[in-house]
Amino acid sequence: MTTTAHEMSTIPTVPTGAPGERLPIVASGPDSFGWWGMWGLIATEAMLFGSLLASYFYLRFRTGAGGWPPDGIHKPELVLPLVMSAILWSSSIPVHIADRAIRRGNQGLLRVGLLAGFLLGAIFLGMQLLVEYPKILTEFHPTTNAYGSLFFTITGFHGFHVVVGLLISLWTQMRARQGAFDEHRHVTVQNFAMYWHFVDVVWVLVLFTVYLSPHF
Amino acid sequence: MATVTTEPLEALEQSWYEPPGLISWFTTVDHKRIGMKYLVTALAFFVFGGIESLIMRAQLGGPELHLISPEAYNQLFSMHGVTMMFLFAMPVLSGFGNFFVPLMVGTRDMAFPRLNAFGYWVFLAAGIFLYSAFLIGRAPDAGWFAYTPLSDGKFSPGINIDFYALGLIFTAISSTGGAINFIVTILKMRAPGMSINRIPIFVWGELAMSLAIVFALPPLTVACTLLELQRRFGFHFFDSGKGGDPLLWQHLFWIFGHPEVYIIVLPALGVVSAIIPTFVRRRMVGYTWIVVAEMATALIGFGVWTHHMFVTGLPQVALSFVSLVSFMITIPSGVQIFAWVATLIAGRPVLRTPLLFVIGFILVFVLGGLSGVMFAAIPFDAQVHDSYFVVAHFHYVMVGAVIFPLFGALYYWLPKMTGKLMSERWGKASFWTIFVGFNLAFFPMHIAGILGQPRRTYTYQAGLGWTAPNLISTVGSFLLGAGILITFVNWVWSLRRGPEAPNDPWGGDTLEWATTSPPPEYNFAAVPTVRSLEPVWDQPELRDGAQPADQGGRALVGGHLTLSTSMLDGTPRAVIPMPHATAWPLVATAGLLFGFWGVVFGAWLLGGAGALLFAAGMIGWHWPKGETQEG
Repeated sequence: MTTTAHEMSTIPTVPTGAPGERLPIVASGPDSFGWWGMWGLIATEAMLFGSLLASYFYLRFRTGAGGWPPDGIHKPELVLPLVMSAILWSSSIPVHIADRAIRRGNQGLLRVGLLAGFLLGAIFLGMQLLVEYPKILTEFHPTTNAYGSLFFTITGFHGFHVVVGLLISLWTQMRARQGAFDEHRHVTVQNFAMYWHFVDVVWVLVLFTVYLSPHF
Repeated sequence: MATVTTEPLEALEQSWYEPPGLISWFTTVDHKRIGMKYLVTALAFFVFGGIESLIMRAQLGGPELHLISPEAYNQLFSMHGVTMMFLFAMPVLSGFGNFFVPLMVGTRDMAFPRLNAFGYWVFLAAGIFLYSAFLIGRAPDAGWFAYTPLSDGKFSPGINIDFYALGLIFTAISSTGGAINFIVTILKMRAPGMSINRIPIFVWGELAMSLAIVFALPPLTVACTLLELQRRFGFHFFDSGKGGDPLLWQHLFWIFGHPEVYIIVLPALGVVSAIIPTFVRRRMVGYTWIVVAEMATALIGFGVWTHHMFVTGLPQVALSFVSLVSFMITIPSGVQIFAWVATLIAGRPVLRTPLLFVIGFILVFVLGGLSGVMFAAIPFDAQVHDSYFVVAHFHYVMVGAVIFPLFGALYYWLPKMTGKLMSERWGKASFWTIFVGFNLAFFPMHIAGILGQPRRTYTYQAGLGWTAPNLISTVGSFLLGAGILITFVNWVWSLRRGPEAPNDPWGGDTLEWATTSPPPEYNFAAVPTVRSLEPVWDQPELRDGAQPADQGGRALVGGHLTLSTSMLDGTPRAVIPMPHATAWPLVATAGLLFGFWGVVFGAWLLGGAGALLFAAGMIGWHWPKGETQEG
């Protein structure tokens, strides 16, 4: 079932067996199960990141009396990470537009939004792997000391989430091409958008912890 | 797609049909069969963990025995703890939850049936993974909490601890998926009319457990990941030479570890609150108080982790705070105990086997709670730390709060699950053997602990006053094992010879008693409308299996369908099509198992193949089939 933005169809319903009662056979948002499941996943993922970031500050305040970063490592440079951050955060905008568009049945805007979000996320990941990491590795490694281990573990763990987000995006784009979504059926788009926004929001905390906090 | 047939039962049977036979146990997504698989598998691991403990007790039966080597002893007590916590106590309650939560809330399946199947397979695979370490003689050997620096690569160079770290990450996947599934099922799939003040207390217990899992397991997963990165790839988190800190492990572990106690205990307490009303023939005293107490326990449980670390030299202010919170957490436990006792006094107790186990539980749990309050006093804790007094305490709490309710639940619910009644006489014999054996096994450990016997040492010298309590413990532990065996024999006997169980053998109050024993694939011929906290007592029309449409029953035929209802008041909102049986979750799990083996052995080819298999499983799982709303 595909419709354009201007011909809204009524939501399909089925009888439930109660006299005269019909209920929608499609659901999104809080009426669907997937929406709640995604919140559960986000909650547990937030705790994963929380535990990692808490470990960072714990080790800093337990062992960093001789200066942080330790062992003469320079404080992180900020220009490149801030540019990367701007790119990553801006990727949430087209994803949000896509999420809103399909609620009105706008297939074109859905695809464009998903694709733009994917590209911005991929650029962020590419910059991290091809520019930022090689630059950092000239100064320290994951095995240099606890600071290096924390830096690469936390940013790498976030990068892994970007990869997963990109894979989900590919899947969602494929399903969008197949016409699987319309103004009633879009819980996959909704869930992808929630996950993607979560990955972007977590980056605020990661950026603050591993890049900004050593400057204080 | 919605064809209304004149024969709703036939239509339901067609829509929900799963072929019988062995193969279907590998593909089923039916919450009842998955629940059964959880239960049987968890009990098998319970037997493994029990055998490990009996070997240890035999070794400790007298001074300076040498039945097993100290290395084997280390592996046994570590795997005993890991098994009982992660492969028995958590999944066994998921088993009952899987079977009974959808029945008790009056729906037809869990919210995510394939995730449910995946959760079971991952649990089984994680168990196989951990036990495969025994086959090569390399089982984890640094205790169930594997403190660094003992567990780091320098002091534990073998792959034993790699099995531990990866195995716990593996089980966390299963528990987390299961927990999210429970949460969504309980919040969104309750029968129409089941507003939150009509949720059965057992279901509240599963909800509190699931919320605690979602928030408490990640610190453990992070701890194990950091440990594995340090051991395998030379990262530094727990070694003080390179800017790490061994205490970080203890913090991360116990931020998980204390809520873990409540993760295990809360659903078991829910079992108690499910059994008592049925056998005293009156509703629970203080329903709201019990629910609030369960939730408060789950919440406060996150604030007490450092009481496992009183002797690590933390600042005095932190210790005093945690000591205070640790005293505080006894309040909600006390509320529940008073509510149970009040219900028992106010009603007319019928002493059948399930109620015997519940009363046994209350006695044992109060004793375990009393020694627990003693630990909250820091000077006392410092005296008995790492002694057998601690072992006695947590076995009174964990065995008392898990085994007794669990066996009560087996006698209470197995007739519903299998359709066969068990023998009351052998049930009572099993109870008394377990009760006497348990107290003989664990009470003397208090005394041995106060006399100074340290835990985790594989033998001891004569003349320290420890010989008699240890011998009594050993005799008691074998008696306990015998009592457990009686119930297993009783179960198998009931399957072959037991009388048929009626729909409602005990006169229960919750919805699982409103359907056949065992229930059909679709659970209820009509999704009921609930008007009471004890629907089966207050709505006689439910007893006939199908609530008539004019009294609120919804046959919901014409597909593999369930209802989505609103979170607070249970108003029907939408009809949700559910997925059918599939083997893809099993394929994905096999990929994970090979992947984890690949990592632990450093066999990267195997690990890569596992990753590919996992990816194939995930793609097959999600590939659109046009059966659910978006495939």
